[in-house]
Amino acid sequence: MAAVADRSARPGAIWAAPALVYFAVFALLPMALVVYLSFTRWNGLGSPHWTGLANWSYLLRDPQVIQSLKLSGILTAVTWAFQTAVSLPLGVWAAGPQRGRAVLSAVFFTPLLISSSGIAVLWKALLDPNFGLATIFGPWVGVDDGNFIGRPSLALWTIMAVISWQFIPFHTLLYQSATRQIPSVLYEAATVDGAGRFQQFRAITLPQLRHTIITSSVLMIVGSLTYFEVVLIITGGGPGAATRILPLDMYLTGFSAFQMGYASVLSVLLLAVGTALSLLIVRVTGYRRMTSQREGL
Amino acid sequence: MKLRSPSSILALAAAAVLATAACGTSGPGTGDTVTVWGLQDTALNPVQQKAIKAYNAKGDHPEVRLQTFVNDPYKQKLQTALGSPNAPDVFSNWGGGNLRTYVKAGNVVDLSPMLKSDPSLKKAFLPIVLNGARLDGKYYGLPLQGMQPVSLYFNKDVFAKAGIAKPPATWDDLLGAIDKLKAKNVQPIALAGSQSWTELMWMEYLLDRVGGPEAFAAIEKGEPGAWQAPAVKTALNMIVDLVKRGAFGTNYGSVGQDNGAADALLSHGKAAMELMGSWEYSAQLAAAPKFVNGGKLGWTAFPTVPGGKGDAANIVGNPSNFFSVTTKSKKKQAAQDFIKTSLTDPAYVNDLVKIGQVPPLTGVKAKLQAAPHADFTTYIYDLVAKAPSFQQSWDQALDPATSEKMLTNLQKVFNRQQTPEQFVAAMAG
Repeated sequence: MAAVADRSARPGAIWAAPALVYFAVFALLPMALVVYLSFTRWNGLGSPHWTGLANWSYLLRDPQVIQSLKLSGILTAVTWAFQTAVSLPLGVWAAGPQRGRAVLSAVFFTPLLISSSGIAVLWKALLDPNFGLATIFGPWVGVDDGNFIGRPSLALWTIMAVISWQFIPFHTLLYQSATRQIPSVLYEAATVDGAGRFQQFRAITLPQLRHTIITSSVLMIVGSLTYFEVVLIITGGGPGAATRILPLDMYLTGFSAFQMGYASVLSVLLLAVGTALSLLIVRVTGYRRMTSQREGL
Repeated sequence: MKLRSPSSILALAAAAVLATAACGTSGPGTGDTVTVWGLQDTALNPVQQKAIKAYNAKGDHPEVRLQTFVNDPYKQKLQTALGSPNAPDVFSNWGGGNLRTYVKAGNVVDLSPMLKSDPSLKKAFLPIVLNGARLDGKYYGLPLQGMQPVSLYFNKDVFAKAGIAKPPATWDDLLGAIDKLKAKNVQPIALAGSQSWTELMWMEYLLDRVGGPEAFAAIEKGEPGAWQAPAVKTALNMIVDLVKRGAFGTNYGSVGQDNGAADALLSHGKAAMELMGSWEYSAQLAAAPKFVNGGKLGWTAFPTVPGGKGDAANIVGNPSNFFSVTTKSKKKQAAQDFIKTSLTDPAYVNDLVKIGQVPPLTGVKAKLQAAPHADFTTYIYDLVAKAPSFQQSWDQALDPATSEKMLTNLQKVFNRQQTPEQFVAAMAG
């Protein structure tokens, strides 16, 4: 390889300008405004009043934010673990060449076609305890009165089930396509060496899917910090505050209570947590090094 | 209350659009038009459009144009637009605390001089409803549509089967009816507990019956100790008592109002009663026409509470929606002229009656009696006309931040996640 590449062959910096301008206007500027708003009191009418650190000191005393963080934490951890445990094997299975699998996969992927709000409205109807499906499947799982979203202890689990139902198809699709990228020579060699199916899965498939697992995990974990429309429509954060996860708390504070200043504090908090989490994942997993999984093939 | 009901999907979609729309193109205010902002309502909007068309045809004034929006995003858009150059000339609002925020920010024109110069205009409206837009002695809006008080609705068949001869008039009657219904394995009261504004109606009536209108008036004014008043705790304890008795069944927390699930409980006879705004009648008529036309839907005033301070004829709910004029308007005179002329126009009032509304106008009763569903509409008219006090829904009367907190905490009481004492402590703190 040549030590120094021909500089004239590289595109000029000007080519990056549209993307940079776009990023500055639609990402950096709003972020800066939110940081500014977090130091003010504003209900959307008139101009914001500068209040210094008042919102930030309230953050330390706000009992709701601790609960919301906890709920978001549980939601993130449980949906990540559950979705990965289901979508990885499902994706590997769906990657097989058989016709039947293709048909079934197409069925599995239908939730991908429905918008989040559509999914939420659909589930809200299914979960109606008097006329919905909840009357039938409630008793099967020990909820005789079908009160899934009205019982504080059950509501979050119900929400997590709906969110998993919504996103498992997407992650299955990721794993399916990644599995299909794995060179078949690896499996052929392993078969010659006498490895069984489970051994092949553990020694070839899983390591080859490493980058996909990381990508899918980052999407799930950072994603779970932002999605809220499903919760808003199904429970509205209730019963009480039992499903009031952090993004929803921010929305209700901003657009229901019209406390834009404190809502901005919450969104800065979300921004920080989201960035920290994705950096942490990328660092811990060594994703940044971009080492090849296929050296020598 | 009702203003929360249009579907949340639309609200979400519109909120996303609004975020961008609010910055630019939708700006009225300039040119030779009077822009009116209203709420999307499939029954009311055609009536409004017709009235505006007739008004415009009379010529010699700027053209009036109506723009309508979905409920929840409307509040958000209004809040940001009123102070901006994109403010409309006339806007619909709910009166009370909601209007007070805008008045405080200096965005609303005082209509008192107009009412003073035209005494017949002031006399045209029921005072109790007109007062919904009266703040510190000044009038800031005129009622634009029908009145929406809250009543107790019931299924006559279910009552008959349970041996309940007449609708409950007192609290003891209600408790007795609950026991009889439970013995028949019928859920006594339908409640959409997943939407806490339906639970709020119980609290509003109970506090009024127990402590009188002054109990909430103190809360609304933000008087210290108002939430700690004994009447608040008594009312909350009565709610807890209802919950413990199983008056709402066990799974009310999963039931919704917007999707018609609570109404369906009543019309299917799975529940016997429901406390709801006057739109319940048209909602039932649309969803279960046989139930209403067969005369199975009954209605009655909220029961009295023995030893309570509140007048048995007091009501709660939404007095009306109001049209107000913005101070940013370049056509203030034309805007005032429009609301003054069109809202009391006989053709407009007739059309309101035709779509089942009960306009807040003195002397409209004869028109109601001649129109379909007269038994219901005259009941509503008399209920309001005879009421000494018409308390606006708390979630509209209180400022948005307090209202949000109150709804969450009240839902916790209904779910028994929280005691009445904890509710009081949360609201007072």
